[in-house]
Amino acid sequence: MSYTMSEKILAKSSNKNKVESGEIVMADIDIAMTHDLTGPLSVQEFKKIGIEKVWDNKKIVIPFDHQVPADSLDAADNHIAMREFVKEQNIESFYDVNAGVCHQILPELGHVVPGELIVGTDSHTCTHGALGAFATGIGSTDMAMVFAKGKLWFKVPETLRFNITGDLRKNVFAKDVILNLIGLVGADGATYRAVEYAGDTVSQMSISDRMVLSNMAIEMGGKTGLVEADSKTLDYIKNRTNKAYEIFKTDLDAPSLEIIDVDVSDLEPQVACPHNVDNVKPVSEVDTEIDQVFLGSCTNGRLDDLRDAAKILKGNKVAKGVRMLVIPASKEVYTKALDEGLIKIFVDADCLVTNPCCGPCLGGHVGLIGPGEVSLSTSNRNFKGRQGSPDGKVYLSSAAVAAASAINGRISLPE
Amino acid sequence: MKGKVWKFGDDIDTDIIIPGRYLVHTEPDKLAPHCMEGLDPDFYKKVNKGDFIVGGKNFGCGSSREHAPIALKGAGIAAVIAESFARIFYRNSTNVGVPLLVSPGISSKLKEGERIEIDMNKGVIISEKGEEFKFEKLPPFMLEILENGGLIEYLKNKE
Repeated sequence: MSYTMSEKILAKSSNKNKVESGEIVMADIDIAMTHDLTGPLSVQEFKKIGIEKVWDNKKIVIPFDHQVPADSLDAADNHIAMREFVKEQNIESFYDVNAGVCHQILPELGHVVPGELIVGTDSHTCTHGALGAFATGIGSTDMAMVFAKGKLWFKVPETLRFNITGDLRKNVFAKDVILNLIGLVGADGATYRAVEYAGDTVSQMSISDRMVLSNMAIEMGGKTGLVEADSKTLDYIKNRTNKAYEIFKTDLDAPSLEIIDVDVSDLEPQVACPHNVDNVKPVSEVDTEIDQVFLGSCTNGRLDDLRDAAKILKGNKVAKGVRMLVIPASKEVYTKALDEGLIKIFVDADCLVTNPCCGPCLGGHVGLIGPGEVSLSTSNRNFKGRQGSPDGKVYLSSAAVAAASAINGRISLPE
Repeated sequence: MKGKVWKFGDDIDTDIIIPGRYLVHTEPDKLAPHCMEGLDPDFYKKVNKGDFIVGGKNFGCGSSREHAPIALKGAGIAAVIAESFARIFYRNSTNVGVPLLVSPGISSKLKEGERIEIDMNKGVIISEKGEEFKFEKLPPFMLEILENGGLIEYLKNKE
C-alpha cells in the first residue's frame, strides 16, 4: 500500500504500522505550544480536569508574543497567570516578552524537527510543516487534554498536494505563490485535508519561504501545510537542535492524495483584497490608497522579508500620511537586521520599528486601524475587523509590495 | 430545542464571531456582548437564549480561539446550523458544548426570524411552516458531550 506523509507521521505517533485517511487515531504529542493569548484559557481548562502535573514539562513550549509588552491590566493579569503556571509546572521552554512570534521562535530555537507531531493553540501552528512535521492548531480544551495526557485524537486527513513548477519572476515571492493558490482553491478548498507543497519551485525555496507557504495552509482550511524535509531542512536544524528526527515522504500513488499542478513562471505579484483571503487579484489590477503598512508577522516578518523591503525603502521615505510599522518576527531576526543595517534604513525611511511581537495582525495589540482606514499587511488574514475597526479594510501582500506601496501611498508594484 | 433563526452568510470567520481585542478575557459574560458585533453591533441585545444561528459554507474559519464558541454559548445560542464548518471551530464548539449541525442547502431554506424546532435524535430541523430538513446526525458520544455542556464536564461526570 501507498501512504501520504501525514498518514505515515500519524501512524508513527499512534504506534501503528499503518493508518488510512478517515481513521480516528489517538496520537502521542511531541510538542505542545500555547501562548499569552490562548494560554490562559488552556490553563483554566487544565485546572478543571483536576490533574496536578502536566504530562511532560519538557515538551510544552510557552512563548509570549500576542500582547507584549502588556498593553492593558487584563493582559498583565494573563501574563502573571501564565508565568505562575510555568513556575508551578516547571515548564523548561518558556519565552517571555522579548523572544518573538511563536511560529518563528519554535523552529529557530530548535523545537521543530521533521516527523514530529506538533499541536498549538494557534491556527498558524501549521507553519512548522515547512520542516516536515505534522503541525496543527487546536483549541484550549484540547490543549488542556494534551497537558494532562500528552495525547489527542485525530481524524487522519486526506491530502491536497500542490506540485509547483517554474522559476519565479523578479519581485515575485513565496507570498505571491500562496495567495495565488488560496485564490485558486478558495477559503475552504482544503478543509479537513492536509496540504503539501512540492515541485521544483518549492525545492529551490529557502526554509523561510517554505514557512510562508505552510503558514497559510489554514487560510484554505488545511489541517497542516507540509513540505518534505530535504538537505535544506537538515542544514536549518543542524545548529539549532540535536533532537532525533525522521523524514517521511509521500507515495505519489497514495489513494488519499489529490495532486494539483501549478506553473508559477508567469505569476505576477498578488494581493488579497478585503474581507477574505481567497479574494486574490494581481497587484496590477488594484489601485487603492492606504493609511497603514504592516511589515511583520509569522507569515512575513523574517530576515528575508526585512531585506526585500529595505532594498526598496533605502534612500526613500514612507509617503506623507502613511504609517509603516516594521515588526521583526523574533529577537534573532531583529539582531541580524540591526547587524545588517536594515533597521537604520527603516528608521531613516520614517517607519516605526517595534519589538518582536504579533503586532496589529490580530487586532488586539499595537497599530490598530480606525473606521474607514486601509491597511496593507504582510500577515495572513484580512477578515473584517481583523486589524481593528470592522469599518476598516485590510489587504495582504508580500514584503516587497508592502514597501513599494508605503512609498507611493497606494497599493503598487515594486519597480 | 425551539428558537429563532439568525442568519449569516458564507465564510463567517472567528474574528467576526469574537474580535481579537476581546481575547484577553476568558469569561463567557465578558465575551458574549461582543459576539458577531463586526456584522451586527446589536446582535447580543437582540438574541434570546435558545436561538439558533444559520450560516452558509465554511462557518467558523480562521483562528483556533475557543473564545468563539464560548461567546456564542454565552450569548445563548443553542446550536449553529450551516452548510459546512471549518475544522478547528467544529472541534472547539463540541468541546465547549455548542452543537454544530451540518445541513447542505439549509441557508436558502430558512428565513431570518422564523421560529424553528430541532430534533437532535432524529436529525431533523422543522421550519415554522412545518417543513422538515435533515442534518447529519451526531454520534452518541458527541451528543453525550454536548448534553454535559462540554468535554471536560463530560469526563468529570463520567468519573
